[in-house]
Amino acid sequence: MPEIAPGIAAERAAPSPLPPRFAAWFAARSWRPHAHQMEMLAAAEAGQSALLIAPTGGGKTLAGFLPSLVQLADGDHAGLHTLYISPLKALAVDIHRNLTQPIEELGLEIACETRTGDTPQSKRRRQRRKPPQMLMTTPESLALLLSYHDAPQVFARLHCVVIDELHAIADNKRGDLLALGLSRLRSLAPHCRRVGLSATVHDPDALAAWLSPTGRPTDAAGAPTVRRVRGRSGAQAEVEILTTRERLPWSGHMAVHAMAEVYARIRAAGTTLVFVNTRAQAEIVFSELWRLNDDGLAIALHHGSLAAEQRRKVEAAMSRGDLRAVVATSSLDLGIDWAAVDLVVQVGAPKGVSRLLQRIGRANHRLDSPSRALLVPANRFEVLECRAALEGVRAGSLDGDPPKPGGLDVLAQHILGTACSGPVDADALYGEVTRAAPYAALPRKDFDDVLDFVATGGYALRSYDRYRRLKRDRDGLYRVASPRHIQRYRMNVGTIVEAPTLKVRLKGGRALGEVEEYFVNGLVPGDSFIFAGELLRFEGIRDTAVIASRAPAGEPKVPAYVGGRLPLSTHLADRVRAMLENPQHWRDLPEAVGEWLRLQRWRSVMPPADGLLVETFPRGEKEFLVAYCFEGRNAHQTLGMLLTRRMERAGLSPLGFVATDYVIAVWSLKPARDLDALFDQDMLGDDLEAWMAESSMLRRTFRNVAVIAGLIERRFPGQEKTGRQVTFNADLIYDVLRKHEPDHVLLRATRADAAGGLTDIRRLAEMLARIEGRILHRALEQVSPLAVPILLEIGKEQVYGAALDELLDEGAQALIADAMAGIDQAELPI
Amino acid sequence: MTVGAAKARSATGVCAITVNGARVLGDPSGALYWPDRRTLAVADLHLEKGSSYAAHGQFLPPYDTATTLERLGAAIARHGAERVVCLGDSFHDGEATARLSPGDAKTIRGLTARCDWTWICGNHDPAPPQDWGGTVSEEMVLGALVFRHEAKPLATVAGEVSGHFHPKATVRLRAKRVTSRCFVTDGRRLILPAFGAYTGGLNVLDPAVAELFPRGFAVHILGNEAVYAFPASALTA
Repeated sequence: MPEIAPGIAAERAAPSPLPPRFAAWFAARSWRPHAHQMEMLAAAEAGQSALLIAPTGGGKTLAGFLPSLVQLADGDHAGLHTLYISPLKALAVDIHRNLTQPIEELGLEIACETRTGDTPQSKRRRQRRKPPQMLMTTPESLALLLSYHDAPQVFARLHCVVIDELHAIADNKRGDLLALGLSRLRSLAPHCRRVGLSATVHDPDALAAWLSPTGRPTDAAGAPTVRRVRGRSGAQAEVEILTTRERLPWSGHMAVHAMAEVYARIRAAGTTLVFVNTRAQAEIVFSELWRLNDDGLAIALHHGSLAAEQRRKVEAAMSRGDLRAVVATSSLDLGIDWAAVDLVVQVGAPKGVSRLLQRIGRANHRLDSPSRALLVPANRFEVLECRAALEGVRAGSLDGDPPKPGGLDVLAQHILGTACSGPVDADALYGEVTRAAPYAALPRKDFDDVLDFVATGGYALRSYDRYRRLKRDRDGLYRVASPRHIQRYRMNVGTIVEAPTLKVRLKGGRALGEVEEYFVNGLVPGDSFIFAGELLRFEGIRDTAVIASRAPAGEPKVPAYVGGRLPLSTHLADRVRAMLENPQHWRDLPEAVGEWLRLQRWRSVMPPADGLLVETFPRGEKEFLVAYCFEGRNAHQTLGMLLTRRMERAGLSPLGFVATDYVIAVWSLKPARDLDALFDQDMLGDDLEAWMAESSMLRRTFRNVAVIAGLIERRFPGQEKTGRQVTFNADLIYDVLRKHEPDHVLLRATRADAAGGLTDIRRLAEMLARIEGRILHRALEQVSPLAVPILLEIGKEQVYGAALDELLDEGAQALIADAMAGIDQAELPI
Repeated sequence: MTVGAAKARSATGVCAITVNGARVLGDPSGALYWPDRRTLAVADLHLEKGSSYAAHGQFLPPYDTATTLERLGAAIARHGAERVVCLGDSFHDGEATARLSPGDAKTIRGLTARCDWTWICGNHDPAPPQDWGGTVSEEMVLGALVFRHEAKPLATVAGEVSGHFHPKATVRLRAKRVTSRCFVTDGRRLILPAFGAYTGGLNVLDPAVAELFPRGFAVHILGNEAVYAFPASALTA
């Protein structure tokens, strides 16, 4: 029970408002409460909301619950007292288990239950009729609870909402949904306090504002609306970068070269968590480790595509201390604490300091002893990134983006959910919504447009007015027109829109997990692929499941998953740039990397920290342009689109481009000469508009927005409609809507998501402004050392930028040549 | 020869296809034009599909009919067609015409008045409305070609031109999957892609389509500006 345990003696004796029963319980364990735990207690006494920021292992969860336990100790409270919300189902279940112990030991009569998607229907009904005093749940389950007509009764006596892992929720759409739900709760239970538990973050003020019952950090008198409580900080983590004895690769992300060394570390440590960035990496690293596993160490695999049952087994084995290592993706970034983990390995670049710290924090949840972590860069640029991240960890400088305004699609879902629970007064709801921090600045017009969308679709052409979803009654209140809409709302609640997936099932056996449908579509029976750590042979698709058998051997395909890769954070990018410019920093780098950089300085020049280095050189029949922007893959993709458009107009005949987190390379038939013009800021004008309109990124975003807002429905098992068709239909809808009503509220939501939400356009804009007049151009005879990695990516990476017609034309032409060479023309049907 | 057709593209992006000896053109819009007979064929317009969803509480943008009719009018004008054949499922359901906006209704009347117009019956509209101009027919024979809604399994199919299946095809190009609507043909029969703005698709490798072509087939995939020929062997599911 490591997270509940407050650890060893507190650093100073606190004045004890602790009831005798609690004081005795602490004393019996030779514990004294931490200062921050007492402060949380004081905040509760004063009826204040509180934000506790503390590293893991600081007794954070107990600090959150202690006041509620104290208040409930007298046994007088009937009804729901404390609501606990966690981003993970598993965490809610785990906290429930861990809380049961002190409740029993303290001899308290407190009903404490969980409520998630897995809770049986009968229990869920009973929970609404007779709520427990403490309920552990998720943001989605809260939204559902609020959509019932009896929500006012269920929450009437609520005293406290505890939000765990607040830092992981607040900056995304689930956070928007939760913020709206909390605002609704405030209307139902005006005196309810909020308690946020968070890891150390870049911008605590923004988090406090998010938590605030008014959506603002201070009240009218300028006093803070949320009391800040700081946990004790732990020992400085010991982080090391693996200096491989093997040849350090120029490109690639799998770090297979270093697996023997990683294996040796696992063997030397007690329990190791091996973090990777993508599920494909997880599969490769896992199978490589097992190939080397002569000692038969218990090494397990954990990622989001594996069957839930499988994942739970791994988690349970980990809790029991039965495992020596788990290879995991972000599926284990948050969650259940394992005291026994004493080494964290990060394979591949960490992408951000905060993320790295979160992962390192998973090792050793005792504050006094340092966490140990090993970074394993997979290629040369990743060495630089790992080094920058390490410096960031030492400096304690975190990265993070400024808070974004709440999504209008999420608002649409919330409005319908609120109407499901009872009649809605538009003015009152607008007031309530703007007390949620993400919507504090929401213009009334946007609110009205979203309300209109929920009611009738909100189209300028009023042809759907006769099919209203919300009807206004005589008092001007909005009511849901049919129970059918309520049912549909409950089926579609939530903000997580998954890519369409298929179950993977062993022939005549169990389900192993789920894999994205598009990957399956590329398989033919007989193909082998790695999944769930096993080599499988694809047999076919039956009843919407992939049937596979164990394969003896063969060259496997690895599932390539979408969305696994995070772009490099701005903060880390700045550090990498500064490091490259200053040779003083190179001394600590591995010899191969140092030599590579020195060679670059000799053959070309180092990218300056402030300006932009652009190299051009001929290679083969083509002219290459390589720009060292360090703005992250997504921003580079956008830049690639815009550059190629502009080069096309300049008659340079661009042929393609490829982007990594660090660099972009464009190749053309004619060389680019006027680089200042090419990189001019005005490329963010019409070209950007035109590109945004037709980009697949915007289509994907629209699909998510449309699902969240309730325009199109989610897919459910057994439904005839496949996820692929949903995608297709969303595209058709997008095209029609864009043409006829480009300012429709869902398109506004889509653009806001795409531009602001992904932050890439902003990064690009900032870069173009920063480099204006500072482009350092080197026209080289041949490829420079620093450009080698990106050129190696060509062919391996998906090449972006080709429009539909270009791709089809290219394919058709290539096939003509093939067809002419290979096919006996007499055999052709025509 | 099918695979060579991509080279023979004309400036307007059409793709020449030979069906039972008749030379027809696949248009990037999804329409089929037969220059010798000045005849344009389109399949599966599904007019008022959007409003049929709205009646069930799902408010898709109510502009699908206008979009479809606009594209159809443009295709007619582009080729100077004098005769138009709609290959069935022109209306999404029996009440579709009652939901048409006055503007869209006027557009339909204008189109049917300008051309020699035939509504072929489909499964969504087994009895297309009689009062919108044009004639209603189960199928239509014109020279070497016969136009009907759904391809007949293994019948004498020479020259059959049909719709119904909403064929689409996927090719893998530069590690990208490209999926789009397509014409399907083996030189004896031809299936048109769905023309309607809200019509989804069925992959041509699905047995429902593929089994109609026991001797193999080629597809002509719709790009934004042109139509591109691919042999069936180049497609993925």
